[in-house]
Amino acid sequence: MINIDARGPRFSAAITTVVLAVALITSNVWVIAFQAAVFAIGALRGPQFTPYAFIFKKFIKPRLKSEPILEDVRPPRFAQGVGLAFAVTATIGAAAGITQVFTVAVAFALAAAFLNAAFNFCLGCQVYLLLVRATSK
Amino acid sequence: MDSLTQLVLVLLAATGFGFWFKRSRGEFRRKKTLNGPKLSPAAIGCELGSRVTMVQFSSAFCSPCRATQALLEDMVKTLPDVRYSHIDAESQLELVRELDIRSTPTTLFLNRDGVEVGRAFGTPKRSQVMHALNAIH
Repeated sequence: MINIDARGPRFSAAITTVVLAVALITSNVWVIAFQAAVFAIGALRGPQFTPYAFIFKKFIKPRLKSEPILEDVRPPRFAQGVGLAFAVTATIGAAAGITQVFTVAVAFALAAAFLNAAFNFCLGCQVYLLLVRATSK
Repeated sequence: MDSLTQLVLVLLAATGFGFWFKRSRGEFRRKKTLNGPKLSPAAIGCELGSRVTMVQFSSAFCSPCRATQALLEDMVKTLPDVRYSHIDAESQLELVRELDIRSTPTTLFLNRDGVEVGRAFGTPKRSQVMHALNAIH
Protein backbone atom coordinates (compact mmCIF):
# COMPACT_ATOMS: atom_id res chain seq x y z
CA MET A 1 0.00 0.00 0.00
CA ILE A 2 1.34 3.43 -0.97
CA ASN A 3 0.79 6.35 1.38
CA ILE A 4 0.92 9.99 0.32
CA ASP A 5 0.56 13.29 2.15
CA ALA A 6 -3.22 13.82 2.33
CA ARG A 7 -2.77 17.60 2.14
CA GLY A 8 -1.59 17.18 -1.49
CA PRO A 9 -4.89 15.87 -2.92
CA ARG A 10 -6.77 18.47 -0.88
CA PHE A 11 -4.69 21.28 -2.39
CA SER A 12 -5.08 19.74 -5.85
CA ALA A 13 -8.85 19.66 -5.34
CA ALA A 14 -8.78 23.41 -4.65
CA ILE A 15 -6.95 24.12 -7.93
CA THR A 16 -9.28 21.70 -9.74
CA THR A 17 -12.25 23.66 -8.36
CA VAL A 18 -10.88 26.90 -9.80
CA VAL A 19 -10.09 25.33 -13.19
CA LEU A 20 -13.54 23.76 -13.43
CA ALA A 21 -15.18 27.05 -12.40
CA VAL A 22 -13.28 28.76 -15.25
CA ALA A 23 -14.41 25.97 -17.61
CA LEU A 24 -18.05 26.48 -16.58
CA ILE A 25 -17.94 30.27 -16.94
CA THR A 26 -16.05 30.42 -20.23
CA SER A 27 -17.52 27.23 -21.77
CA ASN A 28 -14.05 26.82 -23.25
CA VAL A 29 -13.47 23.26 -24.44
CA TRP A 30 -9.70 23.57 -24.02
CA VAL A 31 -9.98 24.28 -20.32
CA ILE A 32 -12.02 21.13 -19.67
CA ALA A 33 -9.76 19.12 -22.01
CA PHE A 34 -6.75 20.26 -19.96
CA GLN A 35 -8.47 19.24 -16.71
CA ALA A 36 -9.38 15.88 -18.29
CA ALA A 37 -5.68 15.35 -19.02
CA VAL A 38 -4.78 16.17 -15.40
CA PHE A 39 -7.46 13.74 -14.14
CA ALA A 40 -6.09 11.09 -16.53
CA ILE A 41 -2.61 11.39 -14.99
CA GLY A 42 -4.14 11.26 -11.49
CA ALA A 43 -6.22 8.19 -12.28
CA LEU A 44 -3.67 6.24 -14.33
CA ARG A 45 -0.35 7.12 -12.67
CA GLY A 46 -1.56 8.44 -9.33
CA PRO A 47 -2.64 11.80 -7.86
CA GLN A 48 0.93 12.45 -6.64
CA PHE A 49 2.13 12.81 -10.26
CA THR A 50 -0.20 15.53 -11.55
CA PRO A 51 1.02 19.10 -12.25
CA TYR A 52 -1.04 20.28 -9.26
CA ALA A 53 0.77 17.81 -7.00
CA PHE A 54 4.05 19.15 -8.39
CA ILE A 55 3.05 22.70 -7.41
CA PHE A 56 2.10 21.41 -3.97
CA LYS A 57 5.41 19.64 -3.43
CA LYS A 58 7.55 22.44 -4.83
CA PHE A 59 5.89 25.56 -3.42
CA ILE A 60 3.22 24.74 -0.83
CA LYS A 61 4.53 21.84 1.22
CA PRO A 62 7.82 23.53 2.27
CA ARG A 63 5.78 26.44 3.67
CA LEU A 64 3.29 24.32 5.65
CA LYS A 65 3.91 24.09 9.36
CA SER A 66 1.48 21.27 10.13
CA GLU A 67 2.68 17.67 10.22
CA PRO A 68 2.09 15.61 7.06
CA ILE A 69 -1.01 13.41 7.30
CA LEU A 70 -0.23 10.13 5.59
CA GLU A 71 -3.09 8.54 3.72
CA ASP A 72 -3.68 5.60 1.40
CA VAL A 73 -3.31 6.74 -2.22
CA ARG A 74 -6.26 4.68 -3.48
CA PRO A 75 -9.17 6.90 -2.32
CA PRO A 76 -7.90 10.09 -4.04
CA ARG A 77 -6.90 8.07 -7.08
CA PHE A 78 -10.42 6.69 -7.35
CA ALA A 79 -11.80 10.25 -7.13
CA GLN A 80 -9.49 11.27 -10.00
CA GLY A 81 -11.03 8.46 -12.07
CA VAL A 82 -14.55 9.71 -11.37
CA GLY A 83 -13.41 13.25 -12.27
CA LEU A 84 -11.93 11.89 -15.51
CA ALA A 85 -15.26 10.30 -16.48
CA PHE A 86 -17.09 13.62 -15.99
CA ALA A 87 -14.39 15.68 -17.73
CA VAL A 88 -14.30 13.35 -20.76
CA THR A 89 -18.12 13.46 -20.96
CA ALA A 90 -18.00 17.27 -20.82
CA THR A 91 -15.26 17.45 -23.47
CA ILE A 92 -17.20 15.21 -25.85
CA GLY A 93 -20.38 17.21 -25.16
CA ALA A 94 -18.62 20.48 -25.96
CA ALA A 95 -16.91 19.08 -29.06
CA ALA A 96 -20.26 17.76 -30.32
CA GLY A 97 -21.91 21.09 -29.60
CA ILE A 98 -24.31 19.72 -26.96
CA THR A 99 -24.07 22.47 -24.35
CA GLN A 100 -26.34 20.80 -21.78
CA VAL A 101 -24.10 17.73 -21.55
CA PHE A 102 -21.07 19.98 -21.08
CA THR A 103 -22.75 22.09 -18.40
CA VAL A 104 -24.15 19.19 -16.35
CA ALA A 105 -20.92 17.16 -16.47
CA VAL A 106 -18.76 20.15 -15.50
CA ALA A 107 -21.22 21.07 -12.74
CA PHE A 108 -20.98 17.59 -11.17
CA ALA A 109 -17.19 17.50 -11.39
CA LEU A 110 -17.02 21.02 -9.93
CA ALA A 111 -19.35 20.12 -7.04
CA ALA A 112 -17.28 17.03 -6.24
CA ALA A 113 -13.94 18.89 -6.40
CA PHE A 114 -15.31 21.72 -4.26
CA LEU A 115 -16.70 19.28 -1.65
CA ASN A 116 -13.34 17.56 -1.56
CA ALA A 117 -11.43 20.82 -1.10
CA ALA A 118 -13.80 22.48 1.37
CA PHE A 119 -15.22 19.53 3.34
CA ASN A 120 -12.68 16.74 2.79
CA PHE A 121 -15.48 14.82 1.09
CA CYS A 122 -14.53 11.23 0.22
CA LEU A 123 -16.08 10.33 -3.12
CA GLY A 124 -14.93 6.70 -3.06
CA CYS A 125 -16.73 6.19 0.26
CA GLN A 126 -20.06 7.18 -1.22
CA VAL A 127 -19.77 5.86 -4.76
CA TYR A 128 -17.52 2.82 -4.90
CA LEU A 129 -19.70 0.28 -3.10
CA LEU A 130 -22.75 1.34 -5.10
CA LEU A 131 -20.74 0.82 -8.32
CA VAL A 132 -19.65 -2.64 -7.19
CA ARG A 133 -23.20 -3.53 -6.19
CA ALA A 134 -24.54 -2.36 -9.54
CA THR A 135 -21.94 -4.11 -11.68
CA SER A 136 -21.49 -7.48 -10.00
CA LYS A 137 -23.95 -10.30 -9.53
CA MET B 1 -29.38 31.25 -17.21
CA ASP B 2 -25.92 32.73 -17.67
CA SER B 3 -22.85 30.77 -16.70
CA LEU B 4 -22.02 32.90 -13.67
CA THR B 5 -25.45 32.13 -12.16
CA GLN B 6 -24.85 28.44 -12.85
CA LEU B 7 -21.52 28.61 -11.04
CA VAL B 8 -23.06 30.30 -8.00
CA LEU B 9 -25.90 27.76 -7.89
CA VAL B 10 -23.53 24.78 -8.06
CA LEU B 11 -21.33 26.19 -5.28
CA LEU B 12 -24.33 27.04 -3.10
CA ALA B 13 -25.86 23.59 -3.53
CA ALA B 14 -22.51 21.92 -2.82
CA THR B 15 -21.99 24.06 0.29
CA GLY B 16 -25.43 23.19 1.65
CA PHE B 17 -24.85 19.51 0.98
CA GLY B 18 -21.37 19.73 2.50
CA PHE B 19 -22.62 21.15 5.81
CA TRP B 20 -25.43 18.60 6.03
CA PHE B 21 -23.01 15.82 5.15
CA LYS B 22 -20.41 16.86 7.68
CA ARG B 23 -22.96 17.15 10.47
CA SER B 24 -24.66 13.83 9.76
CA ARG B 25 -21.44 11.74 9.72
CA GLY B 26 -20.96 9.53 12.73
CA GLU B 27 -24.44 10.11 14.05
CA PHE B 28 -26.07 6.96 15.47
CA ARG B 29 -29.38 6.29 13.70
CA ARG B 30 -31.59 4.03 15.72
CA LYS B 31 -33.95 1.69 13.90
CA LYS B 32 -37.60 2.12 14.79
CA THR B 33 -38.33 -1.60 14.63
CA LEU B 34 -35.85 -4.41 15.07
CA ASN B 35 -36.86 -6.17 11.88
CA GLY B 36 -33.41 -7.04 10.55
CA PRO B 37 -31.96 -10.53 10.27
CA LYS B 38 -30.30 -12.25 13.21
CA LEU B 39 -26.63 -12.19 12.32
CA SER B 40 -24.58 -15.21 13.32
CA PRO B 41 -20.93 -15.16 14.42
CA ALA B 42 -20.13 -16.97 11.15
CA ALA B 43 -21.72 -14.19 9.08
CA ILE B 44 -19.86 -11.34 10.80
CA GLY B 45 -16.61 -13.17 11.50
CA CYS B 46 -16.50 -12.78 15.29
CA GLU B 47 -18.32 -13.96 18.41
CA LEU B 48 -21.23 -11.78 19.45
CA GLY B 49 -20.58 -9.40 22.34
CA SER B 50 -22.56 -10.14 25.50
CA ARG B 51 -24.24 -6.73 25.15
CA VAL B 52 -23.28 -5.10 21.81
CA THR B 53 -21.39 -6.03 18.65
CA MET B 54 -20.17 -3.30 16.31
CA VAL B 55 -19.74 -4.41 12.70
CA GLN B 56 -17.86 -2.01 10.42
CA PHE B 57 -18.03 -2.28 6.63
CA SER B 58 -15.06 -0.77 4.78
CA SER B 59 -13.72 -0.51 1.25
CA ALA B 60 -10.36 0.14 -0.37
CA PHE B 61 -11.27 3.60 -1.70
CA CYS B 62 -12.25 5.00 1.66
CA SER B 63 -9.86 7.06 3.77
CA PRO B 64 -12.12 7.56 6.85
CA CYS B 65 -12.45 3.76 7.16
CA ARG B 66 -9.01 3.42 8.73
CA ALA B 67 -9.66 6.12 11.31
CA THR B 68 -12.97 4.49 12.21
CA GLN B 69 -11.33 1.09 12.58
CA ALA B 70 -8.60 2.51 14.82
CA LEU B 71 -11.16 4.26 17.04
CA LEU B 72 -13.51 1.29 17.44
CA GLU B 73 -10.68 -1.22 17.98
CA ASP B 74 -9.32 1.02 20.68
CA MET B 75 -12.71 1.50 22.35
CA VAL B 76 -13.60 -2.20 22.65
CA LYS B 77 -10.34 -2.85 24.53
CA THR B 78 -11.87 -1.35 27.67
CA LEU B 79 -15.43 -2.65 27.11
CA PRO B 80 -15.62 -6.38 27.94
CA ASP B 81 -19.27 -6.72 26.88
CA VAL B 82 -18.75 -5.12 23.44
CA ARG B 83 -17.19 -6.82 20.42
CA TYR B 84 -15.96 -5.37 17.15
CA SER B 85 -15.80 -6.89 13.70
CA HIS B 86 -14.30 -5.35 10.56
CA ILE B 87 -15.59 -6.50 7.17
CA ASP B 88 -14.27 -5.71 3.68
CA ALA B 89 -17.58 -4.89 1.98
CA GLU B 90 -16.40 -5.96 -1.45
CA SER B 91 -15.65 -9.50 -0.30
CA GLN B 92 -19.06 -9.92 1.38
CA LEU B 93 -21.42 -8.60 -1.27
CA GLU B 94 -24.25 -10.93 -0.37
CA LEU B 95 -24.25 -9.66 3.22
CA VAL B 96 -23.84 -6.07 1.96
CA ARG B 97 -26.96 -6.43 -0.18
CA GLU B 98 -28.94 -8.16 2.55
CA LEU B 99 -28.15 -5.35 5.01
CA ASP B 100 -28.35 -2.66 2.31
CA ILE B 101 -24.92 -1.15 2.99
CA ARG B 102 -24.41 1.71 0.51
CA SER B 103 -21.43 3.71 1.68
CA THR B 104 -18.29 3.11 3.71
CA PRO B 105 -17.57 3.21 6.53
CA THR B 106 -20.94 2.02 7.81
CA THR B 107 -20.99 0.65 11.35
CA LEU B 108 -23.87 -1.55 12.51
CA PHE B 109 -24.69 -1.88 16.20
CA LEU B 110 -26.06 -5.33 17.00
CA ASN B 111 -27.74 -6.29 20.26
CA ARG B 112 -26.87 -9.47 22.19
CA ASP B 113 -29.04 -11.53 19.82
CA GLY B 114 -27.17 -10.28 16.76
CA VAL B 115 -30.03 -8.10 15.52
CA GLU B 116 -29.27 -4.58 14.25
CA VAL B 117 -30.37 -1.82 16.62
CA GLY B 118 -29.03 1.03 14.48
CA ARG B 119 -26.13 2.19 12.36
CA ALA B 120 -23.75 5.10 11.82
CA PHE B 121 -22.29 6.39 8.55
CA GLY B 122 -18.80 7.86 8.36
CA THR B 123 -16.31 8.23 11.19
CA PRO B 124 -18.07 8.77 14.53
CA LYS B 125 -16.61 10.67 17.43
CA ARG B 126 -15.69 8.71 20.53
CA SER B 127 -18.56 10.37 22.42
CA GLN B 128 -21.06 9.42 19.71
CA VAL B 129 -20.03 5.76 19.91
CA MET B 130 -20.18 5.85 23.71
CA HIS B 131 -23.64 7.38 23.58
CA ALA B 132 -24.86 4.74 21.12
CA LEU B 133 -23.40 1.89 23.17
CA ASN B 134 -24.92 3.19 26.39
CA ALA B 135 -28.37 3.15 24.83
CA ILE B 136 -28.19 -0.57 24.04
CA HIS B 137 -28.93 -3.06 26.80
